[in-house]
Amino acid sequence: MKIHEYQAREILAKHGVPVPRAEVATSPAEARAVAERLGGSVVVKAQVLVGGRGKAGGVKLAAGPAEAEEIAGRILGMDLKGITVRRVLVAEAVNIQKELYLGVTIDRSRQAVVAMGSAEGGVEIEEVARTAPDKIIKVYAHPMLGFADFHARQLAYGMGLAPSFASDFTRIMRGLYNAMVATDASLVEINPLVIVDGKLLAIDSKILLDDNALYRHKDLEALRDLDEDDPYERAAREEGLNFVKLDGNIGCVVNGAGLAMATMDVVKLYGGDPANFLDIGGGARAESVAAALKIILSDPKVEAVLFNIFGGITRCDEVAKGIVAAQGQLERKVPMVVRLLGTNEEEARRILAEASLISATTMEEAAQKVVAQLKQG
Amino acid sequence: MSILIDNDTRLVVQGITGREGEFHARQMIAYGTKVVAGTNPVKGGQTVAGVPVFNMVKQAVAETGANTSIIYVPAFAAVDAILEAVDAGIKLVVCIAEGIPTLDMIEVVRFVKENGARLIGPNCPGLMTPGQCKVGIMPGHIAKPGKVGLVSRSGTLTYEVVKALSDLDLGQSTCVGIGGDPIIGTNFIDVLEMFQADPETEAIVMIGEIGGSDEEQAAEYIKKHVTKPMAGFIAGQTAPEGKRMGHAGAIISGGTGTAKEKIAAMTAAGVRMAESPPRVGAVMAEMLKG
Repeated sequence: MKIHEYQAREILAKHGVPVPRAEVATSPAEARAVAERLGGSVVVKAQVLVGGRGKAGGVKLAAGPAEAEEIAGRILGMDLKGITVRRVLVAEAVNIQKELYLGVTIDRSRQAVVAMGSAEGGVEIEEVARTAPDKIIKVYAHPMLGFADFHARQLAYGMGLAPSFASDFTRIMRGLYNAMVATDASLVEINPLVIVDGKLLAIDSKILLDDNALYRHKDLEALRDLDEDDPYERAAREEGLNFVKLDGNIGCVVNGAGLAMATMDVVKLYGGDPANFLDIGGGARAESVAAALKIILSDPKVEAVLFNIFGGITRCDEVAKGIVAAQGQLERKVPMVVRLLGTNEEEARRILAEASLISATTMEEAAQKVVAQLKQG
Repeated sequence: MSILIDNDTRLVVQGITGREGEFHARQMIAYGTKVVAGTNPVKGGQTVAGVPVFNMVKQAVAETGANTSIIYVPAFAAVDAILEAVDAGIKLVVCIAEGIPTLDMIEVVRFVKENGARLIGPNCPGLMTPGQCKVGIMPGHIAKPGKVGLVSRSGTLTYEVVKALSDLDLGQSTCVGIGGDPIIGTNFIDVLEMFQADPETEAIVMIGEIGGSDEEQAAEYIKKHVTKPMAGFIAGQTAPEGKRMGHAGAIISGGTGTAKEKIAAMTAAGVRMAESPPRVGAVMAEMLKG
């Protein structure tokens, strides 16, 4: 789960990372009031969950309260990469001497937390990784002990920082790691970490939370910005379904993430356009299958639905019951192609015998049939 | 022969008293797996599916000689279950659960390795040596004994490919689902190494998906160490960037981990890539014909 810059900033500040003074504003008048409190020039930053805000015109410098109000008036309500800006962060402007990068994330192949630092801050770290990988310094945490202070010094000196920064840098890295552990984050990033008057300051921060761990962080779940959520994805999440909205017109109901992706690929291979990724999960019950179908068909663009179920832990008869239950309640009828195989498939076939469905035995046949349905209509 | 599991596997089912645990214990027994014990932290003394239930894995090992464990408990209890199995001296632990926090797995994987055990998963369908033993949730009837080894990050996609192979009479030595999480106990390279060393495995199928760089690293390994013919498939060619496609590990981020890169790496390593899962069977049949 992504959280906003202002939320990440608060988490980092709580863990001892120095951040500039700043407050959130939701109206131009509030932005003005914040700027008055902060004094001097301020930066007005759009709070949206997409990258590249600066380039898209969502981050502007204001000389004082009047200009802050005027700029906030322009940024609030603007469309930033498809998202309406509802909040701005008004932060004191600082005199930046140098921009650095510091982040902690999970290195999948090393199976460890890695801290990455670079003297090339302010730009996308992926870009640095591609063009100048030697400019990124990495140190790995011990799985049980985490980072020691010497790790931080290795990173700081590797990045070319002077010894006068060693103690502050160590404190910041410790804060970053502690914030990661405390929130079960998969990424905690300061970009840029800047040098201002001989001190380090975290100007922009980003935290990605591990969805798998949200069950033990009810307080963090509350940080979710429902305004920026896709309504279909939100409805699916509430039903415990893994759902990603796409632009096509063929709804896909599949069990298992790998098979769901492969089903989308095969639909595309035969000239179709998937409307969604959906994994109903292992061992899904009839109710969640029915819920999935309702969510998919609530998108008026969806003109046909493809079921591809290969039952292992998922029982085909449960899926069949869900399809039948949902069909009785649906307001809109679209062609449905069903392919059910695996655990309890005979029972499923019996349950579905009465329903008006198009059946297929292989996923390729199912994809071809669903695409053919659209061509007919 | 086969890898990891066979007729000598003596299985303890952790969480056997639950809905999934009992259902799949019965399925595994019906398949011929020697299920010798079950556990539940507080319900020891019962019999489920004809199998004695113990409070602790340690008791199950002492009284039944269990050497392999399968875990059917939900994600929030799965870490404890893995640690308990390893502590009890089990050398092969299979964890089905989806949704274990990633930072927890970093510690678990280290503990498993330090104790000389092997973990398959989490978030995996388990494994199956057709005709001998299945540990996990794979539907047994789709597999046939034979000489093709299969390794995959995905569960149901594995079934799809197993079926495609069986339909063409290409039996399998062992099918291993390694799991869809970012941190897993056993990766592609571990399994490829075992298949390469197994005299009864004559060809290998590898099924990957978007996210991470496991497939690229496996491709490097294949180039250097695998001499057996290989076919493959990568799922997620149509997946958008920045969206988690169900599996915690299946996400394209910062432009890396795309299907295109992985297909290119595997093709360069000599793996014949199929354009759909069912076609993996035909591709493999063609390769084995010579």
